[in-house]
Amino acid sequence: MTLLHWATISPFLLAIVIPFFFKYFKRIHTGWFVMILPLVLFIYFLSLIPVTSSGEVIVRSVPWVPSLGINFDLYIDGLSLLFVLLITGIGTLVVLYSIYYLSKVKEKLNNFYVYLLMFMGAMLGVVLSDNLIVIYVFWEVTSIASSLLISYWFHREKSTYGAQKSMFITVFGGLSMLGGFSLLYVMTGTFSIREIIANVDLVTGSALFLPAMILVLLGAFTKSAQFPFHIWLPDAMEAPTPVSAYLHSATMVKAGIYLVARLTAVFGGSAEWFWIVTITGLTTLMWGSVSAIRQKDLKSILAFSTVSQLGLIMSLLGVGSAAYYFNEGDNALYTVAILAAVFHLINHATFKGSLFMTAGIIDHETGTRDIRKLGGLMTIMPVTATISLIGLASMAGLPPFNGFLSKELFFTAMLNVTEYGIFNLETFGVILPIVAWIASIFTFAYCLIMFFKTFTGKFKPEELDVDHVHEAPFGMLISPIILGLLVVLFGLFPNILAYTLIEPAMAAILPGILEPGQVFDVYIHHWHGFVPELFMTFGVVILGTLIFTTMKKWSQSGFYQGERDIFNHVYDGGYAGLINGAQGVTRVQMTGRLRDYFIYMCSFIIIILGYTIYRYDVLSFDTSNLSPIDPYMWVISIIFIGSVVSVPFINNRIGVIIVTGVVGFVVALMFVVFRAPDLALTQLLVETVTVVLFMLAFYHLPKLKKEPVNIRFNLFKLFIAVGFGAIMTLVSISAFTMGGEAGFASISDYFTENAKELAGGYNIVNVILVDFRGLDTMLEILVLGIAALAVVTLIKLRLKGSEDV
Amino acid sequence: MEILMSIMIGIVFTVSIYLFLSRSLLRVTLATLLMSHGVHLLLLTLSGLQRGASPFLNFQADAYSDPLPQALVLTAIVISFGVTSLLLVMAYRTFKVHNTDDLEELRGSADE
Repeated sequence: MTLLHWATISPFLLAIVIPFFFKYFKRIHTGWFVMILPLVLFIYFLSLIPVTSSGEVIVRSVPWVPSLGINFDLYIDGLSLLFVLLITGIGTLVVLYSIYYLSKVKEKLNNFYVYLLMFMGAMLGVVLSDNLIVIYVFWEVTSIASSLLISYWFHREKSTYGAQKSMFITVFGGLSMLGGFSLLYVMTGTFSIREIIANVDLVTGSALFLPAMILVLLGAFTKSAQFPFHIWLPDAMEAPTPVSAYLHSATMVKAGIYLVARLTAVFGGSAEWFWIVTITGLTTLMWGSVSAIRQKDLKSILAFSTVSQLGLIMSLLGVGSAAYYFNEGDNALYTVAILAAVFHLINHATFKGSLFMTAGIIDHETGTRDIRKLGGLMTIMPVTATISLIGLASMAGLPPFNGFLSKELFFTAMLNVTEYGIFNLETFGVILPIVAWIASIFTFAYCLIMFFKTFTGKFKPEELDVDHVHEAPFGMLISPIILGLLVVLFGLFPNILAYTLIEPAMAAILPGILEPGQVFDVYIHHWHGFVPELFMTFGVVILGTLIFTTMKKWSQSGFYQGERDIFNHVYDGGYAGLINGAQGVTRVQMTGRLRDYFIYMCSFIIIILGYTIYRYDVLSFDTSNLSPIDPYMWVISIIFIGSVVSVPFINNRIGVIIVTGVVGFVVALMFVVFRAPDLALTQLLVETVTVVLFMLAFYHLPKLKKEPVNIRFNLFKLFIAVGFGAIMTLVSISAFTMGGEAGFASISDYFTENAKELAGGYNIVNVILVDFRGLDTMLEILVLGIAALAVVTLIKLRLKGSEDV
Repeated sequence: MEILMSIMIGIVFTVSIYLFLSRSLLRVTLATLLMSHGVHLLLLTLSGLQRGASPFLNFQADAYSDPLPQALVLTAIVISFGVTSLLLVMAYRTFKVHNTDDLEELRGSADE
């Protein structure tokens, strides 16, 4: 375990002790104890920036399940460092914010911070691990933590609904992803991402390339709320606002982005990856931004806005993957998309984090997030209004904020696509910048709606439940102010990020593109001259304002009235169908009849074994190795078969006992014939006791009734029974004749050779039982003892009162 | 001999499955008894029959019958005796409590 490993699991360790802090330090808000950890981690990871920016990587390895190739390998390069800085940095701010947001008296802070720390640790694990299986495990832990946090106010029905929905969708994706990872293992023989990238030829040449890609993408798309799996994110807004700001905008939903970025080196360069990722991203961008302007709840607007911005980043990663097709080194025509993706990832975390926090402040101070009830808050909450303005202007893509810069780069990347001339882009390529532009218009429009509906217009105190609305306490404002300052800082001086964070991340997303020693040229400009991007921005501003000013007209339409996503019907219908289907199957299957269960079991055994026998051609056994049949064996056989077959026909209790007794004694006789004297002795003894036991029990039991005659059912019973018996005969013959072909030496010889030497006994069977496998025999005696106790209990014990059994 | 034994094993299993599917709890108890006989014979048959002397080293024989399946079966006989007696007592107790040994009448589940 290295320092890096301890850093990764430290949130889990802190999560264990946090409940005690909550219990014993009631007067101090538990958040203060929690906040130290992400802060320390943030500073620690900041200190690693010089390492990654010089193009080096840090690898720390701890074996976990080495026999399966699963090692807890941690790996820091530009991309993972960017993510851990987001996780710890935003994490610190969110915890600070939550200290003022959640009351230390009313809320169950121990639960909250345990879940939050669990998430933080899992998220660090996802972005730092090199091993796909380790990533998968942490990935699912983030899903669980997310669900727990969404249902934090679990007494609200909507919270549990949202938690369940996010759980279903993300775990479905996680399992698909596991399938994809397994296929990658099948192709390359390793779970290590670095080794897979090194052997990428094995993947691209394989027939499993496309299935693996689709399965992995399902995982990434569900996690990053891509269309049509985005429906869980708006419902996840039932979580406390710090959680929404942290998990559902800055970090967890970017895990899918991370995975796509990380695996670009594996799947990138193919037309399928390019089109699937790009089209999904653009559809999500469009759907999210159009849906956002229908929302009336501040957090719902932000949720759909997050969906749309995630789509934007996703589409950029899709477009950027073409760099692998051309493989021309640092050619900005192809790599600018990756630059834009990384830059926008950072920007989105800053402006969306601050916007969620201000939305939370408004909710906290006014008691509502409904934009129809809000208005005129600018004079009452000037600081909040300013931060919101900065965040929204950045999101809308206005200069001089950072969102403007990344949006310009986004347009550049989309316009570049039309010049690629591959993957049918010469015909369809022009659609990409058009969709990007239209979606940006809607983005601009919902930013306007959000700002003006909340902060301008008439203040409506009669609509609000609280008496006196005022600005939030200073502590609550610290985090959004810091994020707002970052928005301005990155907007004015984007190049402080260029070679510290962005370039190393680009190099990590596109390994192998550059010659060793080269770096990507990252220079982010404010002014490009009168280029198409600038005119696109002008168009966005004009048309977006037009949509906002005509809001009165279109707000009457059904489009604005309904705010639930139509894909929710699919989910709700599917969920109800699943429950009904499961109940139906259970009703049919669980009849409470013993024999139905037996019929299922026997049928499946017959089908599976029958198929195996047919498949492996077992019937062609050779008969050369059989032992001869002694004449008296025929007599024994006839007695045996006769008595066994007569058992079902006897309806007399004494008769049945005698016949089964005969069966048992014949079995003992066979043991003698087969040179197994110990077995014969035991069998004789046991059979005698069994017969006595049956006699005793039958005295108390009712007479055997004749089974009701139902020819069809009896024939069915006979059919199942004969089928089962025939299968067992075949199994017996084939196991005997083919046992030698398995290629394993028999272990029996060991006992024969060593019985005298090691155990000092001549009777090999006894030596095996009491010496070689003595412990097993002892436990067997224990089992018998338990059975005997159960027998005594069943006979003697009577429960008090009328209730028996 | 192994083929003859295999056929007999098949018959034992056939009869025991047939009994398992009947309505009387007693017949089900008998079915477990028969099935355990079938399993014991099956285990012995798998390793080949009459391949040498009884597994006593003082016989000084060239070959002995395989001792391992015998040890397994010995254990199995004892355990199946435990199972049979437990089942028998359960049948007894069920009859005492419900006054029937008909599985069709005993049918029911916890949520009914």
